Amino acid sequence: MTDLSEAVAVQDTAKIGPPLWLLAELTYRCPLHCVYCYNPVDFAKTEDELTTEQWFKVLREARELGSVQCGFSGGEPMLRDDLEVIVAEAHRLGYYTNLLTSGVGLNEKRIGALKEAGLDHIQLSFQDSTREMNDFLSSTRTFDLKRRAADMIKAHGYPMVMNCTIHRHNIDHIEAILQLASDIDAEYVELANTQYYGWAQVNRDQLLPSREQLERAERITNEWRATHGNKMKLFFVVPDYYEKRPKKCMNGWGNIFLTITPDGKALPCHTARMLPGLEFPDVRTSSIREIWYESEGFNRYRGTGWMKEPCSSCPEKENDYGGCRCQAYMIANDPAAADPVCDKSPLHNRITEVVDRAQIAGNAAQVKPLIYRGPKESLQLDRPF
Amino acid sequence: MAITTATVPKVGRNFRIQWEPAQDAYVLLYPEGMVKLNQSAGEILKRCDGAANVAAIVADLETTFNAQGLEADVLAFIELADQQKWVELT
Repeated sequence: MTDLSEAVAVQDTAKIGPPLWLLAELTYRCPLHCVYCYNPVDFAKTEDELTTEQWFKVLREARELGSVQCGFSGGEPMLRDDLEVIVAEAHRLGYYTNLLTSGVGLNEKRIGALKEAGLDHIQLSFQDSTREMNDFLSSTRTFDLKRRAADMIKAHGYPMVMNCTIHRHNIDHIEAILQLASDIDAEYVELANTQYYGWAQVNRDQLLPSREQLERAERITNEWRATHGNKMKLFFVVPDYYEKRPKKCMNGWGNIFLTITPDGKALPCHTARMLPGLEFPDVRTSSIREIWYESEGFNRYRGTGWMKEPCSSCPEKENDYGGCRCQAYMIANDPAAADPVCDKSPLHNRITEVVDRAQIAGNAAQVKPLIYRGPKESLQLDRPF
Repeated sequence: MAITTATVPKVGRNFRIQWEPAQDAYVLLYPEGMVKLNQSAGEILKRCDGAANVAAIVADLETTFNAQGLEADVLAFIELADQQKWVELT
């Protein structure tokens, strides 16, 4: 994704570019229970997944507007029995197709059928480098199965991205994680520090690494880059809590990303459905063209016109568009506020307080039990984040 | 390997080049990413079919665009593309 954002010029508000990146979240169902899942905490309340035909409509309409990268995600997309036919349709329409999977449900028959359907690439997630930690963090016994999935992916000639979400409990294993990626012959490795949305927000104090941990992990990643050549491309995504300027979230609201949720909501990012007072359109009743160009949900935070101070007079507002609207809502209780990660935000202390706590190992907040993502927990918590 | 006019470049196995009308450009697609190519990059890369050598690509471009002296530019681009793994060389 990094290269995609670099390749796309910043657009002014008068000229809205196409939704180049379509993320199809096929289901919220998932065999894993990861403690940092970005899915909405109240996912279990959603019903009525889109049908095969409804996904075809989404794919067709988005492609007509210029979508070209298509990700199939979830939940676990392999849980959809019609994944192969949906991928085949996406391929026929000219998308570059990416499957983002835990590896659970991949077998010889399905991986072969996906290849035949035209699937271009598979991103396989691991939770850690060892069986014990992988299985602990996902609350499943899936490590060996993932290793087998990796072998199958390579045997079928797919390029493979290995993704590992990084946090306090696995960041000290970064070298072993890189070794694992190298052993399974991944072309790309994403060491994606947890972003604090969804279930990760619920477990934030338990997951945020210390500064020392983070610096060590970055140093080891850089050393690996320097000593192992460019056979495997490494991406290290820093946690924005340690930054002084916010991330340019989704490369700008309604700029290139379009997410469709399992139940048919169209979102400018995968977590935006938490935002209050904003109606996001349904793909069953609106066309992608109406959604992208005309809907209130996509136009509200486009460009810079909606900004308040300190963003509206900030010379850097075009660099980061004020950061993340969801983070502004979760932490400043106002989706139009500056992202509190920014040290110009009057509420930046709400970030630094969390960061300060993360420097003290074993404090009370960190030792609270982790809450695993699951339908029962979802209904009990009954809140969006 | 040293790149010469005899080198035969081919779009890398994990990349796909295609024309995108919405962007009015050739794009290079790869796992979760895309590079939008400028006109000359697109015209060179789409000729990297694993059959034509650099000399043939240069000749084809010079004919198509009624131009001369493109060899140095093509060689420089193929070198960059090789570093980025956009092409494989034989």
